[in-house]
Amino acid sequence: MRVSARHCWLWLALLLLSGCVVPVGPARSNAATRQHETILTVFAAASLTEAFGEIGKQFQVTSGTEVRFNFAGSQQLARQLAQGAPADVFASASIKEMADVIKAGVIVPGSEQVFAQNRLVVIFPSDNPGNIASLQDLARPGVKLDLAAEQVPAGQYSQQVLAKMAADAEFGTDFKANVNRNIVSFEENVKVVVTKVSLGEADAGIVYRSDITAAVKHQLGTLDIPEQYNQLAAYPIAPTKQPPAGAELAQRFVDYVVSAEGQAILERYNFETDVQR
Amino acid sequence: MWQRLRLRTPGKHQAVRVETRHRARLRRSPWLLVLCIPLALFLLLPLCAILLRASFPLLLSTLQQHEVLQAVTLSLVTASITTALTIVLGTPIAQLLAKHTFRGRTLLETLIEAPMVLPPAVAGVGLLLAFGRRGIWGSYLDALGVSLAFTQAAVVMAQLFVAAPFYVKSAVGGFLEIDQELEQAAALDGASSWQVFRYVTVPLALPALLGGAIMTWARALGEFGATILFAGNLPGRTQTMPLAIYMGFELELNVALTLALILLACSFSVLAITKGLLKLDVGR
Repeated sequence: MRVSARHCWLWLALLLLSGCVVPVGPARSNAATRQHETILTVFAAASLTEAFGEIGKQFQVTSGTEVRFNFAGSQQLARQLAQGAPADVFASASIKEMADVIKAGVIVPGSEQVFAQNRLVVIFPSDNPGNIASLQDLARPGVKLDLAAEQVPAGQYSQQVLAKMAADAEFGTDFKANVNRNIVSFEENVKVVVTKVSLGEADAGIVYRSDITAAVKHQLGTLDIPEQYNQLAAYPIAPTKQPPAGAELAQRFVDYVVSAEGQAILERYNFETDVQR
Repeated sequence: MWQRLRLRTPGKHQAVRVETRHRARLRRSPWLLVLCIPLALFLLLPLCAILLRASFPLLLSTLQQHEVLQAVTLSLVTASITTALTIVLGTPIAQLLAKHTFRGRTLLETLIEAPMVLPPAVAGVGLLLAFGRRGIWGSYLDALGVSLAFTQAAVVMAQLFVAAPFYVKSAVGGFLEIDQELEQAAALDGASSWQVFRYVTVPLALPALLGGAIMTWARALGEFGATILFAGNLPGRTQTMPLAIYMGFELELNVALTLALILLACSFSVLAITKGLLKLDVGR
Protein backbone atom coordinates (compact mmCIF):
# COMPACT_ATOMS: atom_id res chain seq x y z
CA MET A 1 0.00 0.00 0.00
CA ARG A 2 2.69 2.41 1.06
CA VAL A 3 4.83 1.53 -1.93
CA SER A 4 2.07 2.11 -4.42
CA ALA A 5 1.18 5.36 -2.71
CA ARG A 6 4.75 6.49 -3.07
CA HIS A 7 4.72 5.62 -6.74
CA CYS A 8 1.48 7.43 -7.08
CA TRP A 9 3.16 10.63 -5.87
CA LEU A 10 6.01 10.15 -8.20
CA TRP A 11 3.73 9.81 -11.19
CA LEU A 12 1.69 12.76 -10.05
CA ALA A 13 4.83 14.79 -9.72
CA LEU A 14 6.00 13.83 -13.18
CA LEU A 15 2.59 14.55 -14.60
CA LEU A 16 2.50 17.94 -13.00
CA LEU A 17 5.97 18.78 -14.17
CA SER A 18 5.33 17.67 -17.74
CA GLY A 19 2.09 19.58 -17.57
CA CYS A 20 4.08 22.63 -16.62
CA VAL A 21 6.60 22.20 -19.35
CA VAL A 22 4.59 21.24 -22.40
CA PRO A 23 2.22 24.17 -22.84
CA VAL A 24 4.95 26.70 -22.20
CA GLY A 25 6.66 26.24 -25.56
CA PRO A 26 3.96 27.33 -28.01
CA ALA A 27 2.42 29.85 -25.61
CA ARG A 28 5.73 31.60 -25.24
CA SER A 29 6.56 31.78 -28.90
CA ASN A 30 3.08 33.10 -29.62
CA ALA A 31 3.54 35.87 -27.15
CA ALA A 32 7.00 36.48 -28.55
CA THR A 33 5.92 36.94 -32.15
CA ARG A 34 3.04 39.13 -31.15
CA GLN A 35 5.30 41.32 -29.06
CA HIS A 36 8.12 41.54 -31.52
CA GLU A 37 5.97 42.94 -34.27
CA THR A 38 6.22 46.28 -32.55
CA ILE A 39 9.29 46.20 -30.33
CA LEU A 40 12.91 46.21 -31.39
CA THR A 41 15.49 45.15 -28.80
CA VAL A 42 18.90 46.78 -29.00
CA PHE A 43 21.86 45.78 -26.83
CA ALA A 44 24.15 48.79 -26.66
CA ALA A 45 27.33 49.79 -24.80
CA ALA A 46 26.77 51.85 -21.66
CA SER A 47 28.61 54.80 -23.24
CA LEU A 48 25.87 54.99 -25.89
CA THR A 49 23.10 55.50 -23.31
CA GLU A 50 22.23 59.12 -24.13
CA ALA A 51 22.95 59.11 -27.87
CA PHE A 52 21.06 55.89 -28.54
CA GLY A 53 18.23 56.98 -26.28
CA GLU A 54 17.77 59.92 -28.67
CA ILE A 55 18.26 57.76 -31.76
CA GLY A 56 15.66 55.32 -30.43
CA LYS A 57 13.15 58.13 -30.01
CA GLN A 58 13.75 59.45 -33.52
CA PHE A 59 13.63 55.95 -34.99
CA GLN A 60 10.27 55.38 -33.34
CA VAL A 61 8.96 58.60 -34.85
CA THR A 62 10.08 57.71 -38.38
CA SER A 63 9.36 53.96 -38.34
CA GLY A 64 6.59 53.59 -35.76
CA THR A 65 8.58 50.85 -34.04
CA GLU A 66 9.27 51.05 -30.34
CA VAL A 67 12.93 50.46 -29.46
CA ARG A 68 13.94 48.93 -26.16
CA PHE A 69 17.55 49.21 -25.05
CA ASN A 70 19.70 47.10 -22.82
CA PHE A 71 22.58 49.38 -21.87
CA ALA A 72 25.52 47.77 -20.06
CA GLY A 73 29.23 47.20 -20.35
CA SER A 74 29.93 45.74 -23.81
CA GLN A 75 31.59 42.71 -22.27
CA GLN A 76 28.48 41.97 -20.22
CA LEU A 77 26.26 42.34 -23.29
CA ALA A 78 28.56 40.09 -25.31
CA ARG A 79 28.25 37.42 -22.69
CA GLN A 80 24.48 37.77 -22.50
CA LEU A 81 24.23 37.46 -26.29
CA ALA A 82 26.50 34.42 -26.36
CA GLN A 83 24.23 32.84 -23.75
CA GLY A 84 21.25 33.33 -26.05
CA ALA A 85 19.70 36.57 -24.80
CA PRO A 86 17.12 37.72 -27.40
CA ALA A 87 18.29 40.87 -29.17
CA ASP A 88 17.84 42.34 -32.63
CA VAL A 89 20.87 44.63 -32.78
CA PHE A 90 24.19 44.77 -30.94
CA ALA A 91 26.20 47.99 -30.71
CA SER A 92 29.54 47.50 -29.00
CA ALA A 93 32.12 49.96 -27.67
CA SER A 94 34.91 47.79 -28.97
CA ILE A 95 35.80 45.60 -31.95
CA LYS A 96 36.87 42.86 -29.55
CA GLU A 97 33.45 42.34 -27.98
CA MET A 98 31.82 42.33 -31.43
CA ALA A 99 34.33 39.67 -32.50
CA ASP A 100 33.44 37.58 -29.45
CA VAL A 101 29.77 37.69 -30.36
CA ILE A 102 30.54 36.80 -33.98
CA LYS A 103 32.65 33.89 -32.75
CA ALA A 104 29.72 32.74 -30.60
CA GLY A 105 27.67 32.51 -33.80
CA VAL A 106 25.15 35.17 -32.85
CA ILE A 107 26.14 37.63 -35.58
CA VAL A 108 27.07 36.88 -39.20
CA PRO A 109 30.74 37.73 -39.90
CA GLY A 110 30.99 40.77 -42.17
CA SER A 111 27.60 42.18 -41.25
CA GLU A 112 29.16 44.54 -38.70
CA GLN A 113 30.19 48.09 -39.45
CA VAL A 114 31.86 50.84 -37.47
CA PHE A 115 29.36 53.66 -36.92
CA ALA A 116 31.18 55.96 -34.52
CA GLN A 117 34.41 56.63 -32.75
CA ASN A 118 35.15 57.95 -29.34
CA ARG A 119 38.14 59.36 -27.54
CA LEU A 120 39.15 59.24 -23.93
CA VAL A 121 39.33 62.26 -21.68
CA VAL A 122 40.32 62.87 -18.07
CA ILE A 123 37.53 64.24 -15.89
CA PHE A 124 37.57 65.79 -12.44
CA PRO A 125 34.92 67.38 -10.17
CA SER A 126 34.35 71.01 -11.18
CA ASP A 127 35.88 72.34 -7.94
CA ASN A 128 38.90 70.15 -8.61
CA PRO A 129 39.75 68.84 -5.11
CA GLY A 130 42.73 66.91 -6.48
CA ASN A 131 44.18 69.96 -8.30
CA ILE A 132 44.35 68.14 -11.61
CA ALA A 133 45.97 70.54 -14.05
CA SER A 134 48.04 68.20 -16.20
CA LEU A 135 48.19 64.51 -17.02
CA GLN A 136 51.24 64.22 -14.78
CA ASP A 137 49.01 65.10 -11.83
CA LEU A 138 47.34 61.70 -12.12
CA ALA A 139 50.48 60.24 -10.57
CA ARG A 140 50.72 62.72 -7.70
CA PRO A 141 50.46 60.84 -4.37
CA GLY A 142 47.02 61.08 -2.76
CA VAL A 143 45.04 61.70 -5.93
CA LYS A 144 42.01 59.39 -6.03
CA LEU A 145 41.73 57.98 -9.52
CA ASP A 146 38.62 56.07 -10.57
CA LEU A 147 38.80 53.86 -13.67
CA ALA A 148 36.53 51.52 -15.58
CA ALA A 149 37.40 47.88 -14.97
CA GLU A 150 39.60 46.12 -17.50
CA GLN A 151 36.64 43.87 -18.26
CA VAL A 152 34.90 46.69 -20.13
CA PRO A 153 36.30 48.43 -23.24
CA ALA A 154 36.66 51.81 -21.54
CA GLY A 155 38.85 50.15 -18.93
CA GLN A 156 41.03 48.48 -21.55
CA TYR A 157 41.44 51.77 -23.42
CA SER A 158 42.26 53.59 -20.17
CA GLN A 159 45.02 51.10 -19.43
CA GLN A 160 46.41 51.52 -22.96
CA VAL A 161 46.40 55.29 -22.59
CA LEU A 162 48.19 55.09 -19.24
CA ALA A 163 50.70 52.66 -20.71
CA LYS A 164 51.45 55.06 -23.57
CA MET A 165 52.03 57.90 -21.14
CA ALA A 166 54.23 55.69 -18.97
CA ALA A 167 56.33 54.81 -22.02
CA ASP A 168 57.03 58.51 -22.58
CA ALA A 169 60.13 59.70 -20.71
CA GLU A 170 58.37 63.01 -20.09
CA PHE A 171 56.15 61.34 -17.50
CA GLY A 172 59.02 59.92 -15.50
CA THR A 173 59.96 56.33 -14.83
CA ASP A 174 57.63 55.64 -11.93
CA PHE A 175 54.52 57.17 -13.51
CA LYS A 176 52.80 53.82 -13.95
CA ALA A 177 53.52 52.64 -10.40
CA ASN A 178 52.36 55.94 -8.91
CA VAL A 179 49.17 55.96 -10.98
CA ASN A 180 48.41 52.38 -9.95
CA ARG A 181 48.76 53.37 -6.32
CA ASN A 182 46.23 56.16 -6.85
CA ILE A 183 43.50 53.95 -8.32
CA VAL A 184 40.67 53.68 -5.80
CA SER A 185 38.25 51.52 -7.76
CA PHE A 186 37.65 49.63 -10.99
CA GLU A 187 34.03 50.27 -11.94
CA GLU A 188 31.81 47.79 -13.73
CA ASN A 189 31.01 50.29 -16.46
CA VAL A 190 32.22 53.69 -17.56
CA LYS A 191 29.07 55.53 -16.44
CA VAL A 192 29.82 54.65 -12.82
CA VAL A 193 33.16 56.48 -13.16
CA VAL A 194 31.29 59.57 -14.40
CA THR A 195 28.89 59.39 -11.44
CA LYS A 196 31.55 58.91 -8.79
CA VAL A 197 33.70 61.74 -10.13
CA SER A 198 30.75 64.10 -10.56
CA LEU A 199 29.71 63.31 -6.97
CA GLY A 200 33.20 64.36 -5.94
CA GLU A 201 34.06 61.01 -4.40
CA ALA A 202 37.02 60.56 -6.72
CA ASP A 203 39.50 63.27 -7.75
CA ALA A 204 39.81 62.13 -11.35
CA GLY A 205 38.63 59.51 -13.78
CA ILE A 206 39.17 58.46 -17.37
CA VAL A 207 36.03 58.25 -19.49
CA TYR A 208 34.89 58.74 -23.07
CA ARG A 209 34.47 62.26 -24.41
CA SER A 210 30.84 61.35 -25.14
CA ASP A 211 30.25 60.75 -21.43
CA ILE A 212 30.44 64.50 -20.77
CA THR A 213 26.69 64.90 -21.32
CA ALA A 214 24.54 67.93 -20.70
CA ALA A 215 23.38 66.39 -17.43
CA VAL A 216 26.85 66.25 -15.87
CA LYS A 217 28.68 68.94 -17.85
CA HIS A 218 28.49 71.52 -15.07
CA GLN A 219 29.74 69.15 -12.41
CA LEU A 220 32.85 68.15 -14.32
CA GLY A 221 36.08 69.65 -15.52
CA THR A 222 37.94 67.96 -18.35
CA LEU A 223 41.52 67.51 -19.40
CA ASP A 224 42.16 66.47 -22.98
CA ILE A 225 44.46 63.57 -23.64
CA PRO A 226 46.77 64.49 -26.55
CA GLU A 227 46.58 62.50 -29.77
CA GLN A 228 49.82 60.60 -29.23
CA TYR A 229 48.57 59.03 -26.01
CA ASN A 230 44.88 58.78 -26.80
CA GLN A 231 43.12 55.65 -27.84
CA LEU A 232 40.49 55.74 -30.53
CA ALA A 233 37.54 53.58 -29.56
CA ALA A 234 35.69 52.18 -32.57
CA TYR A 235 32.01 51.32 -32.16
CA PRO A 236 30.76 48.50 -34.40
CA ILE A 237 27.07 47.72 -34.89
CA ALA A 238 25.34 44.70 -36.46
CA PRO A 239 21.97 42.99 -36.57
CA THR A 240 21.90 39.56 -34.95
CA LYS A 241 21.68 36.43 -37.07
CA GLN A 242 18.10 35.70 -36.07
CA PRO A 243 16.51 38.92 -34.84
CA PRO A 244 13.23 38.20 -32.96
CA ALA A 245 11.76 41.38 -34.49
CA GLY A 246 12.74 40.32 -38.01
CA ALA A 247 15.85 40.85 -40.10
CA GLU A 248 14.33 43.69 -42.07
CA LEU A 249 13.49 45.80 -39.02
CA ALA A 250 16.85 45.14 -37.39
CA GLN A 251 18.65 46.24 -40.57
CA ARG A 252 16.48 49.34 -40.74
CA PHE A 253 17.65 50.38 -37.29
CA VAL A 254 21.30 49.82 -38.26
CA ASP A 255 20.73 51.83 -41.42
CA TYR A 256 19.21 54.63 -39.38
CA VAL A 257 22.23 54.76 -37.07
CA VAL A 258 24.64 55.14 -40.02
CA SER A 259 22.33 57.54 -41.89
CA ALA A 260 23.12 61.26 -41.91
CA GLU A 261 20.36 61.77 -39.35
CA GLY A 262 21.70 59.13 -36.95
CA GLN A 263 25.26 60.35 -37.35
CA ALA A 264 24.21 63.92 -36.59
CA ILE A 265 22.69 62.76 -33.30
CA LEU A 266 25.88 60.88 -32.42
CA GLU A 267 27.95 63.98 -33.16
CA ARG A 268 25.72 66.03 -30.89
CA TYR A 269 26.66 63.60 -28.12
CA ASN A 270 30.42 64.08 -28.75
CA PHE A 271 31.03 60.99 -30.82
CA GLU A 272 33.24 61.22 -33.89
CA THR A 273 31.54 60.01 -37.01
CA ASP A 274 33.83 60.78 -39.93
CA VAL A 275 34.37 57.09 -40.31
CA GLN A 276 35.27 55.43 -43.57
CA ARG A 277 32.62 52.87 -44.29
CA MET B 1 16.04 33.08 10.13
CA TRP B 2 15.01 35.09 13.15
CA GLN B 3 11.49 33.88 12.55
CA ARG B 4 12.68 30.34 12.99
CA LEU B 5 14.49 31.27 16.13
CA ARG B 6 11.36 32.78 17.48
CA LEU B 7 9.24 29.81 16.53
CA ARG B 8 11.25 27.80 18.94
CA THR B 9 9.71 29.72 21.85
CA PRO B 10 7.30 26.93 22.89
CA GLY B 11 10.16 24.88 24.32
CA LYS B 12 11.12 21.29 23.88
CA HIS B 13 7.88 19.42 24.57
CA GLN B 14 5.81 21.46 22.24
CA ALA B 15 8.51 21.44 19.61
CA VAL B 16 8.65 17.67 19.64
CA ARG B 17 4.89 17.45 19.43
CA VAL B 18 4.83 19.76 16.44
CA GLU B 19 7.38 17.60 14.72
CA THR B 20 5.49 14.32 15.17
CA ARG B 21 2.26 15.91 14.13
CA HIS B 22 3.88 17.08 10.89
CA ARG B 23 5.17 13.64 10.11
CA ALA B 24 1.85 12.00 10.69
CA ARG B 25 0.15 14.43 8.39
CA LEU B 26 2.62 14.11 5.56
CA ARG B 27 1.70 10.51 4.85
CA ARG B 28 -1.88 11.48 4.37
CA SER B 29 -1.25 14.42 2.09
CA PRO B 30 0.54 13.33 -1.07
CA TRP B 31 -0.71 16.43 -2.84
CA LEU B 32 1.16 18.64 -0.48
CA LEU B 33 4.35 16.87 -1.38
CA VAL B 34 3.66 17.21 -5.08
CA LEU B 35 2.98 20.91 -4.70
CA CYS B 36 6.29 21.32 -2.92
CA ILE B 37 8.33 19.90 -5.77
CA PRO B 38 8.43 22.89 -8.21
CA LEU B 39 9.90 25.42 -5.79
CA ALA B 40 12.24 22.91 -4.20
CA LEU B 41 13.56 21.92 -7.62
CA PHE B 42 13.83 25.52 -8.68
CA LEU B 43 15.98 26.31 -5.66
CA LEU B 44 18.05 23.19 -6.05
CA LEU B 45 18.93 23.28 -9.74
CA PRO B 46 21.10 26.44 -9.88
CA LEU B 47 23.11 25.20 -6.89
CA CYS B 48 23.53 21.83 -8.60
CA ALA B 49 24.68 23.58 -11.75
CA ILE B 50 27.49 25.32 -9.85
CA LEU B 51 28.51 22.05 -8.21
CA LEU B 52 28.41 20.17 -11.51
CA ARG B 53 30.46 22.75 -13.40
CA ALA B 54 33.16 23.02 -10.75
CA SER B 55 35.84 20.47 -10.17
CA PHE B 56 38.22 20.04 -7.27
CA PRO B 57 41.47 20.53 -9.27
CA LEU B 58 39.99 23.69 -10.80
CA LEU B 59 39.10 24.93 -7.35
CA LEU B 60 42.63 24.37 -6.10
CA SER B 61 44.33 26.01 -9.08
CA THR B 62 42.04 29.05 -9.03
CA LEU B 63 42.47 29.44 -5.30
CA GLN B 64 46.19 29.91 -5.84
CA GLN B 65 45.56 33.03 -7.91
CA HIS B 66 46.61 36.08 -6.02
CA GLU B 67 43.45 38.08 -6.63
CA VAL B 68 41.18 35.20 -5.64
CA LEU B 69 43.03 34.66 -2.39
CA GLN B 70 42.89 38.39 -1.70
CA ALA B 71 39.13 38.42 -2.21
CA VAL B 72 38.63 35.41 0.07
CA THR B 73 40.80 36.87 2.83
CA LEU B 74 39.24 40.31 2.57
CA SER B 75 35.74 38.85 2.74
CA LEU B 76 36.48 36.67 5.76
CA VAL B 77 38.20 39.51 7.64
CA THR B 78 35.63 42.22 6.92
CA ALA B 79 32.65 39.91 7.61
CA SER B 80 34.20 38.98 10.96
CA ILE B 81 34.82 42.61 11.90
CA THR B 82 31.25 43.42 10.89
CA THR B 83 29.94 40.62 13.08
CA ALA B 84 31.98 41.77 16.08
CA LEU B 85 30.76 45.34 15.59
CA THR B 86 27.19 44.12 15.26
CA ILE B 87 27.39 42.24 18.56
CA VAL B 88 28.82 45.25 20.38
CA LEU B 89 26.43 47.79 18.87
CA GLY B 90 23.39 45.56 18.38
CA THR B 91 23.08 43.84 21.74
CA PRO B 92 22.04 46.98 23.66
CA ILE B 93 19.35 47.69 21.08
CA ALA B 94 18.12 44.10 21.27
CA GLN B 95 17.96 44.32 25.07
CA LEU B 96 16.11 47.64 24.83
CA LEU B 97 13.57 46.25 22.38
CA ALA B 98 13.06 43.04 24.34
CA LYS B 99 12.77 44.42 27.84
CA HIS B 100 11.33 47.89 27.60
CA THR B 101 8.29 49.62 26.30
CA PHE B 102 8.84 53.21 25.31
CA ARG B 103 7.64 55.83 22.92
CA GLY B 104 9.07 55.26 19.47
CA ARG B 105 9.64 51.57 20.05
CA THR B 106 7.85 50.57 16.85
CA LEU B 107 9.85 53.18 14.97
CA LEU B 108 13.13 51.75 16.23
CA GLU B 109 11.98 48.24 15.45
CA THR B 110 11.07 49.24 11.91
CA LEU B 111 14.38 51.03 11.48
CA ILE B 112 16.24 47.88 12.50
CA GLU B 113 14.19 45.71 10.17
CA ALA B 114 14.22 48.04 7.16
CA PRO B 115 17.62 46.97 5.77
CA MET B 116 16.35 43.38 5.57
CA VAL B 117 13.79 44.33 2.94
CA LEU B 118 15.63 47.26 1.32
CA PRO B 119 17.59 46.54 -1.84
CA PRO B 120 21.29 46.78 -0.88
CA ALA B 121 21.78 49.25 -3.74
CA VAL B 122 19.61 51.69 -1.78
CA ALA B 123 21.90 51.20 1.18
CA GLY B 124 24.89 51.91 -1.07
CA VAL B 125 23.45 55.13 -2.44
CA GLY B 126 22.43 56.23 1.04
CA LEU B 127 25.85 55.49 2.52
CA LEU B 128 27.58 57.34 -0.31
CA LEU B 129 25.35 60.40 0.06
CA ALA B 130 25.70 60.38 3.84
CA PHE B 131 29.32 59.37 4.44
CA GLY B 132 30.96 59.96 1.04
CA ARG B 133 33.52 62.71 0.80
CA ARG B 134 30.87 65.18 -0.35
CA GLY B 135 28.18 63.46 1.68
CA ILE B 136 26.02 65.33 4.18
CA TRP B 137 28.03 64.07 7.16
CA GLY B 138 30.99 62.75 5.24
CA SER B 139 32.06 66.29 4.35
CA TYR B 140 32.66 67.02 8.05
CA LEU B 141 34.71 63.83 8.34
CA ASP B 142 36.63 64.88 5.25
CA ALA B 143 37.47 68.18 6.92
CA LEU B 144 38.95 66.15 9.76
CA GLY B 145 41.02 64.22 7.26
CA VAL B 146 38.90 61.06 7.40
CA SER B 147 37.79 59.75 4.04
CA LEU B 148 35.61 56.64 4.09
CA ALA B 149 34.56 55.91 0.51
CA PHE B 150 36.80 53.40 -1.31
CA THR B 151 38.27 52.05 1.94
CA GLN B 152 37.91 48.82 3.88
CA ALA B 153 36.03 50.78 6.50
CA ALA B 154 33.45 51.42 3.78
CA VAL B 155 33.25 47.69 3.09
CA VAL B 156 32.52 47.05 6.77
CA MET B 157 29.98 49.89 6.89
CA ALA B 158 28.12 48.49 3.89
CA GLN B 159 28.07 45.05 5.48
CA LEU B 160 27.02 46.42 8.85
CA PHE B 161 24.08 48.24 7.29
CA VAL B 162 22.62 45.21 5.56
CA ALA B 163 23.68 42.44 7.96
CA ALA B 164 23.21 43.83 11.48
CA PRO B 165 19.41 43.35 11.55
CA PHE B 166 19.78 39.58 11.40
CA TYR B 167 21.63 39.53 14.71
CA VAL B 168 19.43 42.12 16.40
CA LYS B 169 16.22 40.33 15.42
CA SER B 170 17.54 37.02 16.63
CA ALA B 171 18.82 38.53 19.89
CA VAL B 172 15.46 40.20 20.59
CA GLY B 173 13.80 36.81 20.11
CA GLY B 174 16.31 35.18 22.42
CA PHE B 175 15.90 37.81 25.15
CA LEU B 176 12.10 37.67 24.96
CA GLU B 177 12.16 33.93 25.47
CA ILE B 178 13.89 34.05 28.83
CA ASP B 179 11.72 33.40 31.84
CA GLN B 180 11.68 36.81 33.50
CA GLU B 181 11.42 35.23 36.94
CA LEU B 182 14.97 33.95 36.60
CA GLU B 183 16.27 37.46 36.04
CA GLN B 184 14.09 38.84 38.82
CA ALA B 185 15.35 36.16 41.22
CA ALA B 186 18.93 37.05 40.42
CA ALA B 187 18.19 40.73 40.98
CA LEU B 188 16.50 39.93 44.31
CA ASP B 189 19.62 38.08 45.38
CA GLY B 190 21.54 41.29 44.91
CA ALA B 191 22.92 40.97 41.39
CA SER B 192 23.47 44.28 39.63
CA SER B 193 21.68 44.78 36.31
CA TRP B 194 24.98 44.15 34.52
CA GLN B 195 25.50 40.94 36.48
CA VAL B 196 21.96 39.78 35.68
CA PHE B 197 22.61 40.46 32.03
CA ARG B 198 26.06 38.87 32.02
CA TYR B 199 25.35 35.75 34.10
CA VAL B 200 21.64 35.09 33.48
CA THR B 201 20.37 36.75 30.33
CA VAL B 202 23.30 36.13 27.99
CA PRO B 203 23.86 32.44 28.89
CA LEU B 204 20.16 31.69 28.52
CA ALA B 205 19.90 33.50 25.19
CA LEU B 206 23.25 32.25 23.93
CA PRO B 207 21.97 29.96 21.16
CA ALA B 208 19.84 32.79 19.74
CA LEU B 209 22.76 35.23 20.02
CA LEU B 210 25.16 32.84 18.34
CA GLY B 211 22.66 31.91 15.66
CA GLY B 212 22.02 35.57 14.92
CA ALA B 213 25.72 36.39 14.84
CA ILE B 214 26.36 33.59 12.37
CA MET B 215 23.52 34.74 10.14
CA THR B 216 24.93 38.26 10.23
CA TRP B 217 28.35 36.93 9.34
CA ALA B 218 26.94 35.01 6.39
CA ARG B 219 24.93 37.97 5.15
CA ALA B 220 27.98 40.21 5.46
CA LEU B 221 30.03 37.68 3.50
CA GLY B 222 27.51 37.84 0.65
CA GLU B 223 27.10 41.63 0.59
CA PHE B 224 27.36 43.04 -2.93
CA GLY B 225 25.17 45.98 -3.88
CA ALA B 226 26.04 48.41 -1.13
CA THR B 227 29.71 47.45 -1.27
CA ILE B 228 30.25 48.07 -4.99
CA LEU B 229 28.51 51.46 -4.74
CA PHE B 230 30.04 52.76 -1.53
CA ALA B 231 33.37 50.96 -1.21
CA GLY B 232 34.17 50.52 -4.89
CA ASN B 233 35.94 47.60 -6.46
CA LEU B 234 39.70 47.42 -6.03
CA PRO B 235 41.35 44.00 -5.82
CA GLY B 236 43.12 43.57 -2.50
CA ARG B 237 41.47 46.57 -0.90
CA THR B 238 37.73 46.55 -1.39
CA GLN B 239 37.05 43.69 -3.80
CA THR B 240 35.22 41.09 -1.71
CA MET B 241 34.20 37.65 -2.94
CA PRO B 242 30.81 38.66 -4.34
CA LEU B 243 32.41 41.54 -6.25
CA ALA B 244 35.10 39.23 -7.59
CA ILE B 245 32.37 36.81 -8.70
CA TYR B 246 30.61 39.62 -10.55
CA MET B 247 33.77 40.93 -12.23
CA GLY B 248 35.12 37.41 -12.76
CA PHE B 249 31.93 36.42 -14.50
CA GLU B 250 32.85 38.88 -17.23
CA LEU B 251 36.51 38.04 -17.50
CA GLU B 252 37.16 34.57 -16.19
CA LEU B 253 34.31 32.23 -15.41
CA ASN B 254 36.58 29.91 -13.38
CA VAL B 255 37.19 32.60 -10.79
CA ALA B 256 33.47 33.27 -10.49
CA LEU B 257 32.80 29.57 -10.23
CA THR B 258 35.40 28.91 -7.54
CA LEU B 259 34.29 31.82 -5.40
CA ALA B 260 30.65 30.88 -5.88
CA LEU B 261 31.49 27.42 -4.62
CA ILE B 262 33.22 28.82 -1.53
CA LEU B 263 30.26 31.07 -0.73
CA LEU B 264 27.90 28.16 -1.31
CA ALA B 265 29.86 26.02 1.13
CA CYS B 266 29.86 28.91 3.64
CA SER B 267 26.09 29.38 3.38
CA PHE B 268 25.38 25.71 3.85
CA SER B 269 27.69 25.34 6.83
CA VAL B 270 26.19 28.45 8.39
CA LEU B 271 22.68 27.07 8.05
CA ALA B 272 23.80 23.69 9.34
CA ILE B 273 25.47 25.31 12.36
CA THR B 274 22.49 27.50 13.20
CA LYS B 275 20.15 24.54 12.89
CA GLY B 276 22.50 22.58 15.12
CA LEU B 277 22.39 25.40 17.67
CA LEU B 278 18.61 25.33 17.56
CA LYS B 279 18.51 21.61 18.22
CA LEU B 280 20.94 22.08 21.07
CA ASP B 281 18.63 24.64 22.51
CA VAL B 282 15.47 22.59 22.05
CA GLY B 283 17.12 19.51 23.49
CA ARG B 284 18.25 21.33 26.62
